[in-house]
Amino acid sequence: MVTTFRLAFVDYAILLIYFASVLGIGFALRRYQRSSADFFLSGRSIPAWVAGLAFLSANLGAQEVIGMAASGAKYGIATSHFYWIGAIPAMVFVGVFMMPFYYGSRARSVPEYLRLRFDEKTRGFNAITFAAMTVFSSGISMYAMGLLLGVLLGWDFNVSVLVSALVVLLYIFAGGLTSAIYNEVLQFCLIVAGFVPLVFLGLRDVGGWAGLSERLAVTATQAGFAPGAYTQSWQHMGSPATNPMGVEWFGLAMGLGFVLSFGYWTTDFLVVQRAMASNSMSAARRTPLIAAFPKMLFPALVILPGMIALALTTQAGESGFTLPTKADGSLNYDLTIPMMLGHYFPSGILGLGLTALMASFMSGMAGNVTAFNTVWTYDIYQAYIKRGASDGHYLWMGRMATVVGITLSVATAYATTQFNNIMDMLQLVFAFVNAPLFATFLLGMFWRRTTGHGAFGGLVAGTLAAALHHGLTLPRGSLAGIKGGWLAGGGDAVLNPYPSEMAQNFWTAIWAWTVCFGVTIAVSLVTRPRPAEELRGLVYSLTERPSDAGAPWYRRPVPLAVLVLGMTLVLNVIFF
Amino acid sequence: MHLDIRLPIGMLFGLVGLLMAGYGALSDRAIYERSLGYNVNLIWGLVLLAFGAVMFVLGRRAPRV
Repeated sequence: MVTTFRLAFVDYAILLIYFASVLGIGFALRRYQRSSADFFLSGRSIPAWVAGLAFLSANLGAQEVIGMAASGAKYGIATSHFYWIGAIPAMVFVGVFMMPFYYGSRARSVPEYLRLRFDEKTRGFNAITFAAMTVFSSGISMYAMGLLLGVLLGWDFNVSVLVSALVVLLYIFAGGLTSAIYNEVLQFCLIVAGFVPLVFLGLRDVGGWAGLSERLAVTATQAGFAPGAYTQSWQHMGSPATNPMGVEWFGLAMGLGFVLSFGYWTTDFLVVQRAMASNSMSAARRTPLIAAFPKMLFPALVILPGMIALALTTQAGESGFTLPTKADGSLNYDLTIPMMLGHYFPSGILGLGLTALMASFMSGMAGNVTAFNTVWTYDIYQAYIKRGASDGHYLWMGRMATVVGITLSVATAYATTQFNNIMDMLQLVFAFVNAPLFATFLLGMFWRRTTGHGAFGGLVAGTLAAALHHGLTLPRGSLAGIKGGWLAGGGDAVLNPYPSEMAQNFWTAIWAWTVCFGVTIAVSLVTRPRPAEELRGLVYSLTERPSDAGAPWYRRPVPLAVLVLGMTLVLNVIFF
Repeated sequence: MHLDIRLPIGMLFGLVGLLMAGYGALSDRAIYERSLGYNVNLIWGLVLLAFGAVMFVLGRRAPRV
């Protein structure tokens, strides 16, 4: 059963210190917001380490933290594939190979890069879908927070949503992107500060890594898997039937490791914006690499608690921790983190843990809002509604877009309470739009023959391919509808029943990417290419390599990248 | 950079650390049963206080541009 936390005065005091800090940062930064570049790009003045931590935190919303712990409890250590395969290689790639174009082209956003490289329609397609997606995800994040605080603390949904929206609004309105970035760094520190003691106590309770593996071996055997299924990340990936995730290594490596991961980390403006705000080309390239170091260690903070929770639930520990169950008797994995906080943390540090969660909800919102106001102002308003206005006008529009973006997010949060299905459907549509994107960027940056018509045609075809694949397939045991199969009528008519939803997602992405890649090449070959001089600085073969000779190794992207990949390989070997 | 991020980090963690350590020193030992007997407020509060102090000093010593 879900227990309501009782907060003491000291817990509220810690929360208040946090709220005062974020507002204080916003107001301290207010007087530096003189131009639109200050507001949307932090005046390209952020040092590499700050941009790096923000790059990481922008992706570390509360849903990520809570969701990864839930996956840790569901699938065990295989969840770390989302980090070691599904993030690190793409982060290295964007830093070493793609940042020279993003930062070097002086584009102010990802859609703007698409206009410079291709044409207006490709930019428009990306800008509009991206803007809609950011508003929508920040609304979902607000909704999730309101729901969680209601369950845990008995707080009123309206109060939770409106207060957090107001705080985020105030600090972004005042300090723009810099405010958001600073608060992301703060949030990173809070998550580490809140979760390190949690993992320590959980590990003590379960008897260390040895005790954890021992318990999970029993759990795995009872579930019909090999004893190491929850504690070894690669050994059981030979077939979907032998691991709790229900995927095999090829779908995992191609779908997650290649298409989804590269699609997200290299093209999502939400994260790329952090690197674009850094103070030099070298800093921009190091931003994702610096982020990769904490990223590869994060499984210890977010996945390990999930594994501990599963072990203690199935084989009781001394302190009597168990995961709550849902109405249908299945374990409620999503409550892993909140339940562990409530179980191990007394007043005082409990306030810290809750503050860390709230900070990650709010900075997740803020990240989306800053990406939205930039894309709206530069790629939609300045491009299609009002060209050639003064810079001051666009700065004003940025602030207005912040207000509108947050208002729309709040509306989304309330809409989600009413129409859960529509939200699921929208999320699905956005997944279709995103899946092929990396093929467009890859060809655009590394094959100068790629044309605007090719890129646009490929994107549309890839999106349709994703929808088609989803409509014709279904995870085993699901009903046709939101889970897929809506074109085939479900049941036996489904072309390919996948062993799990995750496997279906990976293969949807693989199909979308492949179709986009093929169609982009085919259309490019029959349309007129742009002259080489127009593509200088936008395409690999026509761009000078940024030189970092003379800097010490830890300030150079390539040695850092080698170090990151080496360490990730070692982690994979240790937990093979 | 206009405002060194390490200053607000230092202040936040300094204050939170102080509060937690103080609460840990004064609070009833019985509440630490759930944290397996560790006085997590005192121990972790001191760690955070030290972290906050280091950040604050680094932020103050950084050259202002």
